[in-house]
Amino acid sequence: MKRLAKALSAAFGADAKADGHREPVTFTVPVERFADAAKTLKESYAFLCAQWATDDTNSDRGYGIYACFRHGSEYIIVRASMSRDNPEFPSLVKHFVPAYRFERQIRSLMGVTPVGHPDERPWIKFEDWPEDSWPLRKSFDASKRMARHEGQYAWLGAEGEGVYEIPVGPVHAGIIEPGHFRFQAVGETIINLEERLGYVHKGIEKRFESMTWETAVKLAGRVSGDTTVAHSIAYCMALESMTHCHVPVRAQWQRALFLERERIANHIGDIGAICNDAAFAFMLYQCSRLKEAMLATNHRLFGHRFMMDKVIPGGVTVDIDVTAKKEILSELDFLDEDFNRLVRIYEESSSLEDRVRGTGILTSELARELCVVGVVARASGINVDCRVHNPFPPYDSIGIEAQVLIAGDVHARVWVRVVEIRASMSILRSILTKMPGGPIAVECSAPLPDTTGFAAVEGWRGEIIYWLQSGQIGQINRCMVRDPSSVNWLALEQAIKGNIVPDFPICNKSFNQSYSGHDL
Amino acid sequence: MIRILRQILRTGIVTGRSPQVDDPNIKVKGIGLEDSVKRYFRRSLTVREVDAGSCNGCELEIHAINNPVYDCERLGIHFTASPRFADILLVTGPVSANMEIALKRTYDSVPSPKIVIACGDCACNGGIFGETYASLGGIDKVIPVNVYIPGCPPTPADILNGFYKIFL
Repeated sequence: MKRLAKALSAAFGADAKADGHREPVTFTVPVERFADAAKTLKESYAFLCAQWATDDTNSDRGYGIYACFRHGSEYIIVRASMSRDNPEFPSLVKHFVPAYRFERQIRSLMGVTPVGHPDERPWIKFEDWPEDSWPLRKSFDASKRMARHEGQYAWLGAEGEGVYEIPVGPVHAGIIEPGHFRFQAVGETIINLEERLGYVHKGIEKRFESMTWETAVKLAGRVSGDTTVAHSIAYCMALESMTHCHVPVRAQWQRALFLERERIANHIGDIGAICNDAAFAFMLYQCSRLKEAMLATNHRLFGHRFMMDKVIPGGVTVDIDVTAKKEILSELDFLDEDFNRLVRIYEESSSLEDRVRGTGILTSELARELCVVGVVARASGINVDCRVHNPFPPYDSIGIEAQVLIAGDVHARVWVRVVEIRASMSILRSILTKMPGGPIAVECSAPLPDTTGFAAVEGWRGEIIYWLQSGQIGQINRCMVRDPSSVNWLALEQAIKGNIVPDFPICNKSFNQSYSGHDL
Repeated sequence: MIRILRQILRTGIVTGRSPQVDDPNIKVKGIGLEDSVKRYFRRSLTVREVDAGSCNGCELEIHAINNPVYDCERLGIHFTASPRFADILLVTGPVSANMEIALKRTYDSVPSPKIVIACGDCACNGGIFGETYASLGGIDKVIPVNVYIPGCPPTPADILNGFYKIFL
């Protein structure tokens, strides 16, 4: 038994029932001890990954509340049942900060009350929705438009001499997703930033429940368009874990190839955009040229610039032949050379350095408290990378390590990307030279009724988690999606404190979180 | 500095060198588009992009038409921060219920005559998100649309061709 499971069993005894058949191990605890379980796990240095609720009223089990924790490579899920008439659970906010948003969302969309949560304002659900509309409940009719109601969102305020407020969004000045930011500032210095997200809420989790297992992979690929490969892989792996489908090795290697190409393209684009926010437009154009080259190659070789819908349950849809292999390898040589020249220019530009160093610092302590993931976590000293800690082939054999820096500023987030691009290029080379032969897909049957599946995949932003549950007739009963943005957005609010207003764009870009992946 | 200049010289001009832009069909239209922008919009077609609930895929491709390979500015097309300066509203996404009001307000801020382009499958008909409590199922459910650009997401060449369609 691993560390977290052991700690929970020791503290709870007969109160925590482990279901060893499920992967990861799922403990059922009495609902009144739900927060105690979180406390026990926190004391064993666990991170909170996700928290969600299910509506099991159709099978007469009331509502379920779930929390997923991680420590190193160990994942553990703690669940509790709530009664149909009085669905409430003790809030985890006191022990884990990210529960702050998770629980507001659970209350808003499932109508389940976190007792002891300090903030009663809705999240994702806007003030003009009807009070009693909880979309994730089974009784909610998702096909109808909701009537609009009058309402007001209670913003946090700041008062005092010289304090002023800057509201930004939802329609921003650039070509970017919508969200609202409210800054309280004194002079140039930001004293508080409050985010308001939910503008791109498209009802994705509810939509999953009306789809079949095969078609839902398309929806997973559109949760966040820039991370389409990683989301598709995470969905497919969660489904495959339910059906015990053995994906051919070649297909897994090819998935890794898509994933690394997606990572390189997005990281290169990000580096260009971050520099552009420091008025270094040269880098934006150079980087977008390299990114464009990769996307054009994707289009030529795989039929889609972002490789959407190329990963399916049971495998992948396109194979790589000898010419494709040669083409990717020669493209890598060209990318490698040009990219290294650009990195050298980045390093030597003192005016750029002045903007990126010491800006938007997220300290290691905060990062740990906020349970951040991905590039943001690795730039703040947290060693977390699913490719290392929770690998699928070929990552288990290819020799890869997490790239961790400790400064936590914009430069650190740029540099983690730089190092990861280089690492991904060498991963791509190894994949191409060592890729085993064989089929690229097998049949993936539908899961049995009342089973669950789980997967965690390292997308370019960070760890993506899918948790699937099949219903009584084997349909999709619940699909929980946890994009890295769901946790990392909170960290931006903290990192920006004390910075000047004009540095917000560069800080925001260095985080580059998804609005769509967060709002679902 | 010397490295920057050297890199610029080494790179040369990359505009139009992508195989996708070299497609004769598109090139002809590209030239047509430039002439039309000159003639009807005094060489400058100003676009305000609004994300009304997209997955960010369309935004990436709209970014791509600004990159040096496609470089839409050479055709006179450029993106503005304010809808009040815009000739065209380029809208993506199925219109999420939470963006409906913001989209309407942005549309109202664009001076007449307004041209609206729906970019991507979701913007055309709701796409995979369909018509639900949270997704209204297409831009034309909220504001009038002049041109539709299908695709998930449409390629940069598709988007440039879509601009051409407003002159047809």
